[in-house]
Amino acid sequence: MNEDKVRNGNRRSLLSGPYALWIAGFTILPLIVIMKYALTDKTGAFTTANLTAIFTDPINRKALWLSLKIAVGTTLICILLSYPMVLAMKHLGLGKKGFSLFIIILPMWMNFILRVLAWQMILSNNGLLNLLLTTLGFEPVRIANTETAIMIGSVYDYLPYMMLPIFTAIMEINEDLIEAAKDLGAGGFTVFRKVIFPLSIPGLLSGFVMVFVPSMTSFVIADILGGGKLQLIGNIIEQEFTTANNWPAGSGLSVMLMLLVLISTAFTMRRKTEGRESALW
Amino acid sequence: MSISRKMIKTLLAAACLMAVCALFTGCGKKKIIGELTVINYGEYLDPDMLDLFTEETGIKINYEEALTPEEMYTKYSSGAIKYDLVCTSDYMMQKMIKDGEFLQIPWDQMEYKDNIGKKYYEYAAMFDEGNKYCLPYFWGTLGILYNTKKVSKPVDSWDVLFNGEYSGEIIMQNSMRDTFMVALKYLGYSINTTNPDEIRAAYDLLLKQKSQVQAYLVDEARDEVVAGNAVMAVIYSGEAYLGHEYNNDLAYVIPKEGSNVWFDCWAITKNCENTEFAAKFLDFLCREDVAAANFEYIYYSTPNTKVIEGLDEEDRENESLVPSEDATKNCEVCLQAPDDITALMNDLWKKLKSE
Repeated sequence: MNEDKVRNGNRRSLLSGPYALWIAGFTILPLIVIMKYALTDKTGAFTTANLTAIFTDPINRKALWLSLKIAVGTTLICILLSYPMVLAMKHLGLGKKGFSLFIIILPMWMNFILRVLAWQMILSNNGLLNLLLTTLGFEPVRIANTETAIMIGSVYDYLPYMMLPIFTAIMEINEDLIEAAKDLGAGGFTVFRKVIFPLSIPGLLSGFVMVFVPSMTSFVIADILGGGKLQLIGNIIEQEFTTANNWPAGSGLSVMLMLLVLISTAFTMRRKTEGRESALW
Repeated sequence: MSISRKMIKTLLAAACLMAVCALFTGCGKKKIIGELTVINYGEYLDPDMLDLFTEETGIKINYEEALTPEEMYTKYSSGAIKYDLVCTSDYMMQKMIKDGEFLQIPWDQMEYKDNIGKKYYEYAAMFDEGNKYCLPYFWGTLGILYNTKKVSKPVDSWDVLFNGEYSGEIIMQNSMRDTFMVALKYLGYSINTTNPDEIRAAYDLLLKQKSQVQAYLVDEARDEVVAGNAVMAVIYSGEAYLGHEYNNDLAYVIPKEGSNVWFDCWAITKNCENTEFAAKFLDFLCREDVAAANFEYIYYSTPNTKVIEGLDEEDRENESLVPSEDATKNCEVCLQAPDDITALMNDLWKKLKSE
């Protein structure tokens, strides 16, 4: 009996083999290589200068700060857009709910770069947005190649990753809890504040990780919508690897960025498991 | 018993393999006798020509692309793929020649090498002394593409980029050397200066200009001027030619202070095991029909005199396609800078972009 269990267990762990191989070859191994580059200088001697450069070099500091600003802004806007939409979807019939979900997921079927390029067309000086504004008699705006443009592109690209986990979390809430709160005299906002929002936090936290991390590290959006005038930390890393041919510096920045992201996600993950437990109780 | 079964299986597998091989060799195409791995810029060769080459010679081409010389060099020096032939720009050629990365081109094996005009071999000799390693492929200039309907007077100087008249309507190149080149030439310095003070002066000028620049772009620069989102852009002559095709109000000028004349060349790397095959490929690129097909695919200036002779008059007088002697008078080939100068420029470029 016991032996059977052990054998079953062994067989099951075999199932993870292909994935383990994949991870070892394409995640762990490259990480080790990057680590090695990060800890050596161009001549191959040991140094920690590449790691500290993210804070000591004012150019890197500035890029990191801008990345942080854009990532926080993008995440907040995604949250503010997601909650009302999800609450509106909550009471739709099954068919309409499915259709709304479909609409949310639809942009994800298109290539990421194409979506960003489409925004470039919309936001450029003679683009669709300004055409619309001028035909309606308003002054044209200059959004192209600004932080705002980068943020718009990021929000558009990452919004589904925020909306879907929040949607799942809110759909899981037992309707009886909301009924009970209402019976006890809670108004709409109090129900949201005291019942719906706290119970949706696991979803919110997954959404946070899935939006904050990529918008913090991306460089393509900044390149296309920022017109090359704004540098995020991702752009600097890209340049170190491609134009400057300084792999140690690029690796050092990557490792530090990874650490910063790990720290922030580790924090949210702990909160998340705590949240689950308290939800169980 | 089990052994004989194994043998049968092996035999069957071998038979299948042979059948498959027969299938592949039996379809009338020339047998593959070898392969070459080449790296080139993106969209910089008519893909039909690769098939034609394989069909004619039986040499298979493994084709790789890179966006910039730096990207090519990174790919090349990482050693993950052994390239037989590379196509890249003058200053990178110079660096790689100095590092001893190339083999001499066996010119005597090349029937069509004289299709490339003598003048262009002379230009190439500026970075490849004695014309040992580089075969000129395409060339051109960097200049200003501008909308003739939106400027107060015809543009003939880099001054329009710095005098503030077209603030917010200017697109610069998102490339370190090209953008520094503009400022250096405007200030009257050589684009190959090794004087840190001159480079810092160029940086100061570019920094002052940044607020007037709409964007630093590479591939999209042309489209933005065509679409009317910007009045002018610093752009390569080949891109300018296409811009003019899309929008007849656009004109291209090589500013009077001079500019950068660039050459993209092919070279055989030291990893190449069969220089005879490599020479065949280079010779193929010089052949009139192939060079003409590539020219029509790319529309950059060609050094192939046979192709130029075949152009119609309108194209031959187009400054962005066949630059005149007069316009290229003050132009220089961009050479590899010493390490400390490159590091300084890298640093200032990063600083400029992050300000």
